[in-house]
Formats: sequence, C-alpha cells, structure tokens
Amino acid sequence: MYSEMIGIVFMFTISLLLAIPLGKYMAKVYGGQPTRLNRVFNPLEKWLFGISNINPNTEMNWKQHMLAMMIINGVWIVLGMLILMNQSWLPLNPDKNPDMSAHLAFNTTISFVVNCNLQHYSGETGVSYLSQLFLQFLQFVSAATGMAAAVVLFKALKDRATHQLGNFYFFFVKSITRILLPISVVIAILFLLEGMPMSFEGKEQMVNLQGDTIQVSRGPVASFVPIKHLGTNGGGYFGSNSAHPLENPSYFSNMVAMIAQLLIPFSMIFAFGYFINRRKMSWMIFGVMTVGFLLLAIPNIVQEVNGNPAIAKMGIQQKLGAMEGKEMRIGAAASGFWSIVTTVISTGSVNAMHDSTMPMSGMNEMLAMMVNSFYGGCGVGLLNFFIFIILAVFISGLMVGRTPEFLGKKIEANEIKIAMLIALLHPFLILVGTALSSYLYVNNPEAYASWLNNPGFHGFSEMLYEYTSSAANNGSGFEGLGDNTLWWNTSTGIVLILGRFLPIIGPVAIAGMLAAKKQIPESAGTLKTDTTTFGIMIFAVILIVTALSFFPSLALGPIAEYFTLY
Amino acid sequence: MKTHVFSAIKLTLVMLILLSGIYPLLIWGAAHLTPDKGQGKRIIANGQSYYKNIGQTFTQGQYFYSRPSAVSYNAAGSGGSNKGPANPDYLATVQARIDSFMVHNPGIHKKDIPAELVTASGSGLDPHISVEAATIQVKRISQIRNIPEANLNELIRKHTEQPMFGPSVINVLALNISLDQLK
Repeated sequence: MYSEMIGIVFMFTISLLLAIPLGKYMAKVYGGQPTRLNRVFNPLEKWLFGISNINPNTEMNWKQHMLAMMIINGVWIVLGMLILMNQSWLPLNPDKNPDMSAHLAFNTTISFVVNCNLQHYSGETGVSYLSQLFLQFLQFVSAATGMAAAVVLFKALKDRATHQLGNFYFFFVKSITRILLPISVVIAILFLLEGMPMSFEGKEQMVNLQGDTIQVSRGPVASFVPIKHLGTNGGGYFGSNSAHPLENPSYFSNMVAMIAQLLIPFSMIFAFGYFINRRKMSWMIFGVMTVGFLLLAIPNIVQEVNGNPAIAKMGIQQKLGAMEGKEMRIGAAASGFWSIVTTVISTGSVNAMHDSTMPMSGMNEMLAMMVNSFYGGCGVGLLNFFIFIILAVFISGLMVGRTPEFLGKKIEANEIKIAMLIALLHPFLILVGTALSSYLYVNNPEAYASWLNNPGFHGFSEMLYEYTSSAANNGSGFEGLGDNTLWWNTSTGIVLILGRFLPIIGPVAIAGMLAAKKQIPESAGTLKTDTTTFGIMIFAVILIVTALSFFPSLALGPIAEYFTLY
Repeated sequence: MKTHVFSAIKLTLVMLILLSGIYPLLIWGAAHLTPDKGQGKRIIANGQSYYKNIGQTFTQGQYFYSRPSAVSYNAAGSGGSNKGPANPDYLATVQARIDSFMVHNPGIHKKDIPAELVTASGSGLDPHISVEAATIQVKRISQIRNIPEANLNELIRKHTEQPMFGPSVINVLALNISLDQLK
C-alpha cells in the first residue's frame, strides 16, 4: 500500500512540474510570440489557414468570438450526426456494427462536441472505426474550443481598455497544432510501448486455454487514448473505458494517463498568470483549487482502501481495499485518486466503476462535478472559476463597503447578473433533470424498470449522477443506469448543450464587457485579489453555492446509503 | 456570417485530414516500430497467440482461478457489474461465491480469502490476481495435479510482478500456461 501512496504523490508532483513550463510556453503561443518550434509549425498553420480562407490576425470582439465558436461547433454537430447514423455502410467497419438510432447519434455527437463524452453506447459494438476516428477528431477540437474561449478571457483581462480580443481561429488552431497534437504524439508512443493496440483489423476470434471460443475487440486505440485524457474528454475507446486492459495496460500507463489529464488544466492556470503578468494570481487560483481537490480526493482514497463494510462482515479479508469494479494492476488507492481527478477535471474517464464505489466516494465524485471548477476541463475550468471570482469580488466589495473591482475594472450590475445566472444554471439543470426522471420512474416503475441497476438510495444516485455528469460536461457515469433510451438520450443531450455553451458565453461576455471599461489605477483602497484572504473568500462562496444547492439531493442519495451501510 | 460558415466548413475538413487521417496513420506507423507491432502484448503457447493483457476464464479446478467477471471474459465486450456496495442481491452473490470457493478449496480458512477473488473487476477482463489469491489456491491445485506445494509456491514467486509503483500482481494466464508445462 505504501508504494501505491508514493505513486499518487508522484503523479501529482510530476503533473505540476510539467505544467509550469508548459503554462509559460502556452502564454507565448497565445501571445503570438516566437518560440523555437516556429519553423515546424508556421508552414503547417499557414497551410491550414490558407485553405480555410482565414486571416488569423483579424481582431474580434467577444461577440464575434462567440459567433465563430458557435458556427464551427454547429458544423461538427451536423457532420457527426451524418457519420454516426450511416456508419454501417461507410468504410472502416470490419465488425459490421449497425447505424446509431437518431436519438443516440444526437446524444453521442453533442456529447463529444461539448467535451463531455457521456457514452450511451459501448465502443466494441456501438461504433465503427471511422466513427472512432471522427470522435477522436472531436476530442481535439472540443478541447481546443474550450482553450480558445479561455484565452479570450486572458486577452480581456490584460491591463488596458479595448474591444479587440484577438482572433478565435488563431487561438483554436494553435491550441491544436502547438499544444494538443505534439503532446498526444509523445503520449501515444509511451502507450504503444506499454502494449496498447493500434490496428485497423476487426475482432479477433480465439480459443482460450480452457477451450472456449471468445472474441477480442481491438482497433486504433493508441491514437485515441492520448487525446482522450490530454483534452479532458474522457470518452473510452472500449465500453469499460480506462479499466479495460487494452486501453490502460499497466500501472505505468495509468500514471501517464493521469498526468495527461491534469496537464492542460494545470497549465492553463499558469498560462493565465504569465499572460496577464500576475503570477501570484495563478498561485492563488491553484491554491484554492488544490485545497478543494484534496478535500475530495483524500476521503475517497481512504474509503476505497478501507473496503466495503458489508463484505468485511462476511468474514473474508480486504487487504487490497474495495475491489468490486476495480482492476488488480491499478489497485484501490490509485482508483480512488483517479475517481476524483476525473470528476474535478471534466475528463470523465474511469479506471474503476464509479457505480460500485463506497457511498461517500460516490458523493465526492458528484460534489467534484457539482463544483466543476477545481481545475475543471480544458479552458472551461478557468471560465467556471472566473464566475466564482466575480461573485466573491462582489460579496467582499459589499462587506467592506467599496465598489467591487477586479484587476482595475469595475464590476457592475450587468456582470453580476450574468455571473448569477451562470452560477444558478448548473444546479437548475441537474436538479430539474433528476426530479423529472424520478417523477417518471416513481409513477411508472414497471415501464422504466430497465433504468436502474440498483434499488433504493443508490438507484436515485444513478439518476442524480447522470445529470450532474451531463451538466458538468464530465461524461463519467454510474454506468449501471440503462441510459440508451429516448428519454435519457434527449434529456441529457439538452442538458449537455446548455451546460456547455452558456457557461462559456457567460464568462466571456463578462470579460468582454470588463475589457471595454476604463482601467482604474490600483490604490491603497483596492481590494487585493491575489491574496490568501481572497482565496478563502472564493472558497467560501463556492462552498455556500454548492452546499445550499445540492445538499438535499445528496442526502437522499449517497448520504442515506452511507447510513444503511455503516 | 456567411464567410464564417464557409471558413468553418473548410477548416473542419482540413482539420479532419490532419487529426483523423495523418495523426492516426503516424501513430499506426510508429506502432510497427515497437516490439508489439500495435497488436498488444502476446503470449505464444500451444500454437496459439494469446493476448497477455486480456484475462481468461479459469473455472476448472486444475487451474488457478481468475477473478469473477461480469462479461465472462469475452473481450468482444467489456464491463463491470455496476452493483452498489449495499445492494442486497449483489451481497448475496458475493456470499455465494465465498461458499462455493470454500467447497472447492477444502482446508482453507475463510478469513484468508482475498476479496478480489469474489468481486468482479471493472472491465470484466482483468488479467491479474494478487499473490495471496494465488497462494490460497495452492492446496487445491497440488491435490488435483499431484504436484508438491513447494513447486507451486516457487512458480507463484517466479510470476509475481512488482512494478516500481503500484500493487504487485500475477498474470493468471501466464501462470497457468507455466503450470501446464510443469510436469
């Protein structure tokens, strides 16, 4: 168990050590400053922009940014629906997998476009290799969309008054060519060395040692999995995601995947500090996020390592912890740790089945997504956190009786209105979705019997988890839920769209409005926003908003389950 | 607006070529330079090429059992049981597995049965068990195969993998193949 604990600390430290220089590099890329890699990337980008008729140096205001973003996302949704609903006759389908139904294709496309990767299908039977390669494309571009939106925020908060916030395509393309793609290639090679498959042949039939005939699914796995983690997407190549021994062959590959998903969210925080020339701000943000992260992760590791009390009562030994839904090569400690990394960040990949984790672990996994800004997804984590900063500035401003301002810009009624709407949208989507589903289920338990895989409180948690995961664009699930139905595909699909684009547009709008305002020089009376005190203030705001919104629903699910078990 | 739409379509198409074409082909090419050639780690035995990382079902008494699986180790699919920790049906299943294990392994103590032998893995394809899970089966296999316990313990020791970080594990398939070759 000792070496497993060291393994966890090691993973976290390496991620941080890599993220600081990467953050500096990203700030340079987004600032358009030359880097040593210019010679490689300039011609490639010139080709991409040339064919697409885009001038990457045209300045946009925040509205033009959002328009460009929405249009290109719309193109991806149309294309995705077309491919998934016709995959049976399109090329690269050696296993002869069928077309997706319209509602499943809707859900799947939306969910990959919005960087969520909620999967109501299994990779082995639900998609062709062509579809997998297209989903892999979406994993790149959805991550880059989030990053580009966050850079608009960076630009807006640089100390000057302006409407010009750079070019969306510039940020978007460079996020891919200079950050996501090169790092993915490196990770893919590490994965290949660990024995991850990369082929285009269909299922392999074989006779096992005992003489039964089985089949083994395979495909282009090693190119898919790096961006799945690096882009905080989380959609599994196989049905059981990173628990699958071909998708995550060893403890080492598990560490690489873990570092890959922490990398960009960490780096974005540091890139922000370098970009606006306030490195102390980065550390304040990182500090708040890390405290929140540890408060969720440590109890999960402890819970999973201690095992299931109901199984302990049967009189067998649980030295390795709670092993239902977990893999031997990864172990309970690293699975518990991963379950929080993947939920605080919006990855949503799993290396153990969350449905079978202990009640309090399940609660922390949900809480991580309910907060959705302790690190958070590629770019969007920082945007979510920005909302809490604005709210904290406003509340502290009221407490000390000064005009609230952030980085020399006055925060006024309009900004606060948007921030409040975005902060309330998240609980609204989760609770309304869960309430509607519970209503349907309770009034017609026979018709919807296939929904829930577990009775009682845990069954309620399965529904609550699904909407939380959708609204947070996370994509993990209590996978026992029978979710490939018209109701679940459409209702979560709608939650996914709203939970993605409004929390991007809201913060970018606030930033754009702030950018246009006159800069107020700092004075003795200015509320300092890069201090520990202010960090605690933000933390308190986050805690109050989530606790008040979600505690009642958590009490009905995991908390009630806890008291039946212990 | 119109220019945005055309640019978006064209940019999408070139990005598709780059990210769904060139990038996977590059990785596919790189795979052929690695020891496994992009086919996954393999074990060759009995004229068959097995996937080392895909667990197999072992229910016959003469072999070391693998863990219970929600998909019966058929890698055409994958998945866990997704049963909650307090689910009464699930707990009854676990109890039944314990009872069955006790029947098939006479002479062992219940308190020594490791939980991983009676709980299903996340993928249903877990290729590993722990050292304790192998050791507790030595008595049974020794009786069925007529091999001294010491030899089996030696075999287990040889197959124990301890990575730098993480739990120590035994690949059940590799262990059972060596077991077949023991006599």
